[in-house]
Amino acid sequence: MIMRHEDIAIKIQPEELVGKVSGLQGDGCRLVQIACSKTKENNFELVYSFEKDYKFCNLTFEVPPDAEVESISSMCFSAFLYENEIHDLFGLKIKHIAVDFQGTLYETAVKYPMSVETK
Amino acid sequence: MSKRTIIPFGPQHPVLPEPIHLDLVLEDEKVVQAIPRIGYVHRGLEKLVEKQEYANMVYVAERICGICSFIHAQTCSQAIEDLLPIEVPERALYLRTIWAEMSRTHSHLLWLGLMADAFGFEALFMHCWRLREKILDMVEDTAGGRVIFGSCKVGGVRVDIEDAKLKDIVIQYNDLEKEIKEITDVFVEDYSVKHRLVDVGVMSKEDAHVLGAVGPTMRGSGVAKDMRTLGYAAYKYLKFEPVVETAGDCYARTKVRIREVFQSIDLIRQAVAQIPGGPIAVKVTGNPTGSSFQCVEQARGDVAYYLKANGTKNLERFRVRTPTFANIPPLLKMLGGCELADVPVIVLSIDPCISCTER
Amino acid sequence: MAFLKLAGTVTKRMGMKSACYMYPVVAREFTKTTRGHVELDSADCIYCGLCQRKCPTKAIEVNRQEKNWTIQPLRCIVCSGCVDVCPKKCLRMENTYSSSVTSKF
Ligand code: SF4
Ligand code: SF4
Repeated sequence: MIMRHEDIAIKIQPEELVGKVSGLQGDGCRLVQIACSKTKENNFELVYSFEKDYKFCNLTFEVPPDAEVESISSMCFSAFLYENEIHDLFGLKIKHIAVDFQGTLYETAVKYPMSVETK
Repeated sequence: MSKRTIIPFGPQHPVLPEPIHLDLVLEDEKVVQAIPRIGYVHRGLEKLVEKQEYANMVYVAERICGICSFIHAQTCSQAIEDLLPIEVPERALYLRTIWAEMSRTHSHLLWLGLMADAFGFEALFMHCWRLREKILDMVEDTAGGRVIFGSCKVGGVRVDIEDAKLKDIVIQYNDLEKEIKEITDVFVEDYSVKHRLVDVGVMSKEDAHVLGAVGPTMRGSGVAKDMRTLGYAAYKYLKFEPVVETAGDCYARTKVRIREVFQSIDLIRQAVAQIPGGPIAVKVTGNPTGSSFQCVEQARGDVAYYLKANGTKNLERFRVRTPTFANIPPLLKMLGGCELADVPVIVLSIDPCISCTER
Repeated sequence: MAFLKLAGTVTKRMGMKSACYMYPVVAREFTKTTRGHVELDSADCIYCGLCQRKCPTKAIEVNRQEKNWTIQPLRCIVCSGCVDVCPKKCLRMENTYSSSVTSKF
């Protein structure tokens, strides 16, 4: 099955995230995953995937590495693990996570192994 | 309010084959809250993508999990094929489907055995694993490996199964089906088994949806969703309905998995009846670009792959969200309000695969 | 409500042969397709190093000058990638597992 990320991606602004997610939650979408990746410009790209009736939609936006992103775990409780993971592997700060492990979810030998600086 | 006690559960525990730690907050014998801790077996496979060529990532993906091995390789190949883009021959798609379903049957039998072990029914555990062994032998005979199939690659599959062997698989499954029925009837009907499973770890349909449960954990709560319906590989040509149970307890989740074993056997039969001839792989040229998002149903639930490529030999990002990762928040929900003695059974009822979770 | 559901199966299997076999006494039968371990027919090898480059775990080391081909069996994940890529078809995937060792190398 062909499912290019580009076809289902919706570009948003970082500030819009919480509003968009609560809208999707209200529509009965469920959170599939949150992914973080580096971009060429050394920014972080975040992808929030939602699904409803086998229709996927990916909210994406870019943030600079020192930015703070608002957590969505107050609306989607299941987001807390993904957000902790992103914090531990990438070093991106996420505010107000429902269960915040404070960087102890993965204790890696190299701190923030997938972050922009250590490449 | 009575006094609260915190009991650590895991990472070493008789029911846990893999390390997960739960802090259980108890009031008397009742669990009021559970806080998870993972990270004991983090292997950094997602980072490995910077060193391995994209074609080799299939081997890496296959080793994320020892039980869903083939489906990981399949999803990874599917995502890379999507990025290249190339069209995979029909026969390869069918073969992938057959192997994926074989992997599902052996995974569910493994889980049924572990579940029997968790509620203390050793003999039942042995019988489940005796049957699973026969499937593993078939897998070894067709793919070359018992647990790590190693038969999937970007562009198709690496080995063909001759038609005579395919027929033989169906014959063996026909015999096996009767034996599996005999064993699974014990799970469904036996008094002592029901005593341990019915009304334990109940999760409502709403919770299952909101907390993002996947796979049999979700379907046991009455959400009829099965990513195979998306029609990847050869599923678009096969007839099946998602298996659903509505009770939402451990018993319902067990029944979903039992029925899925028979569903998988049926899918294998359908696939073998329809499989076309032709090549099993196409030549792969060029490097992937763009990004792909794949959602594929594994034995434990749907796995989500998000791959990003930049036109070089190495992928830029290889993100895998495994089913157990998504099933941990629902697990915490189920644990709230249960008895301490039921915790092992509930933890096992989501079919946890921790090494998978942490990659 | 059913009690002792498994009793039937257990009784039936009592009269049957054991599902397990006495391992070291009775040898394990490998299938034709089993990926066991990699073997080299060194006579044909041209030391091109393709297998070394393809190997995902860097288990193979090829030295062109010294005409040397070595494999570290414990690193090898038996993926059969090198066998597929070898231009002289001088690598073989044997269907028996490599024997156990008491030290790493
Ligand atoms: S690919 Fe084959 S011929 Fe080349 S070095 Fe390896 S074994 Fe020798
Ligand atoms: S079988 Fe795979 S891991 Fe083993 S030496 Fe060959 S390429 Fe390397």
